[in-house]
Amino acid sequence: MIPDKGGYFGPFGGKFVPETLMSALECLRKEYLKLRKEKSFRDEFTGYLKDYAGRPTMLYLAKRLTGHVGGARIYLKREDLLHTGAHKINNTLGQALLAVRMKKPRVIAETGAGQHGVATATVAALFGLKCEIFMGDEDVHRQAINVFKMKMLGAKVNPVHSGSKTLKDAMNEAMRDWVTNVRDTYYVIGSVAGPHPYPMMVRDFQSVIGIETRRQSFNVIGKLPDYIVACVGGGSNAMGIFYPFLKDKVKLVGVEAAGLGINTRKHAATLCKGSVGVLHGSKSYLLQDSDGQIKIAHSISAGLDYPGVGPEHSYLKSTGRAVYAAVTDKEALEGFNMLTRLEGIIPALESSHAVYHAVKLARRLPKSKNIVVCLSGRGDKDIDIVRGVL
Amino acid sequence: MALTGKLVLLLERSGADIVELGIPFSDPIADGPTIQAASYRALSKKVNLIKIFALVEKLRKETEIPLVFMTYYNPILKYGLGKFFESCRRTGVDGVIVPDLPVEESGELVRLGKKTGIRTIFLVAPTSTKDRIRHIVKRSSGFVYYVSSTGVTGTRRSLPADIVKKTRLIRSMTAKPVAVGFGVSDIKQAAAVSRIADGVIVGSAIVKIIGKGGGRLIDVKRFAAGLAEAIHGRK
Repeated sequence: MIPDKGGYFGPFGGKFVPETLMSALECLRKEYLKLRKEKSFRDEFTGYLKDYAGRPTMLYLAKRLTGHVGGARIYLKREDLLHTGAHKINNTLGQALLAVRMKKPRVIAETGAGQHGVATATVAALFGLKCEIFMGDEDVHRQAINVFKMKMLGAKVNPVHSGSKTLKDAMNEAMRDWVTNVRDTYYVIGSVAGPHPYPMMVRDFQSVIGIETRRQSFNVIGKLPDYIVACVGGGSNAMGIFYPFLKDKVKLVGVEAAGLGINTRKHAATLCKGSVGVLHGSKSYLLQDSDGQIKIAHSISAGLDYPGVGPEHSYLKSTGRAVYAAVTDKEALEGFNMLTRLEGIIPALESSHAVYHAVKLARRLPKSKNIVVCLSGRGDKDIDIVRGVL
Repeated sequence: MALTGKLVLLLERSGADIVELGIPFSDPIADGPTIQAASYRALSKKVNLIKIFALVEKLRKETEIPLVFMTYYNPILKYGLGKFFESCRRTGVDGVIVPDLPVEESGELVRLGKKTGIRTIFLVAPTSTKDRIRHIVKRSSGFVYYVSSTGVTGTRRSLPADIVKKTRLIRSMTAKPVAVGFGVSDIKQAAAVSRIADGVIVGSAIVKIIGKGGGRLIDVKRFAAGLAEAIHGRK
């Protein structure tokens, strides 16, 4: 079984956290494994996904984009249509239900782009939980609209001033808070990263994306797609759409942020350019220097601006079951523009990385091939950034 | 680094029994603001394991005081676990504490520690279950480190009430010495802890003095000597 009992995906994963958290992780693991089998929990989760988040999302043929590229057909899995504007809500609904069952009155979360922060603040409002969000000071400025949304939803937003002032440092601070308040606090991790059981649990909650895509493929395409393309920061939308296809003959492509270029120092292409190490509770690929210090990542999209990656992606890379590419800031903006102009869909900058790569891929494939892009979020939150660079 | 060397000798003269050397890490999740700031200061001066081992080697010509490394896992993983323990043995490091490495993940570390004679010290937390404590004290060598309260390193106004009960529980489960740390901030607290534990660990309170603009050695000495007197005077 993947992961094994210790949370390992091959050599990746595990639980590298202070002893203070170990009992809490063990409780969480047991509780989750129990609830996962309970029909009432699954029904409640599925109910919220449908009635509250707006599932299922459509699998949509991007006709004009496909025509423009002149190659393989490009389909979009429309996670951008979900409540709060991205796939993040799938996971926060699942974890909030867990927090409620575990009788934790307070939830905390880290956030980069603010999407996970908004999704956590949203479910906290929905279930009446106290909520605090940790966000790098740099991101607080980059994503001002989301900060305001979180506050309106009743969450306290704590700007993090240490280190690079981005997602990595927000996660450090969230873990420090958790270590301090572990008895009454549930930590809602937003990606397939962190210590076991988080990578497994978040993958399971997000795998609804892939389960739907697989089912819809038979109706919309008439068969399984040839390729699935998704952006990877920590990797939750990618893991969610990949996971139900692992046993199929479908090529899985993760797209990382190449920032200013993967041969510069300013990128976030952890799997393409990193090496194995331990950060934020698990063993996985990292961007680090020769002393094992974590490097500062860079991407135009705050959600991909992370020097680590979920351990299961490291595993899929090592087995060759998935391949990982990287797309620069500039290319992502090109993907952003193309989808906006040709389809009338404004994608998140994170998802724009996947869009660009899918276009590049489609161009060299015959028209008979089919590519599904996980359109993980919408671009409303990025308007200021795009306005600044266009 | 020259100052660090001086401080070790000074702490020894002030009556410290063991000196803990912190290896800086970019993402110290178990540390509060004081040690975080110290880590960033060290990293900005490009301190790394190679330089720290060189310092230990030099120090060993002047002192036999037990030296224990406190380090997150990634820097030693990158250095190479085997090479790390070999360097510890060669230069004279006595033990290692890795706060983000729970016993479950420590198989290789413990094996290499045994092989090279370096103590691998594990932490027990206030949230550790009895089963976990049993497991941890068995794995730990040198001493067992009891984390006084949930949270990160740093000074606290008061120590939690369950500290006496928990320390007694741990001591009833092992013959190994139990030292208490995390949050021990002043001489009064140190004296109180020394009544129930075999050792008292003070980190942030000392680093705070060092980190103060132009931190004066005499202030460190005065504080450390006061701690030593309060702790040893009781025995």
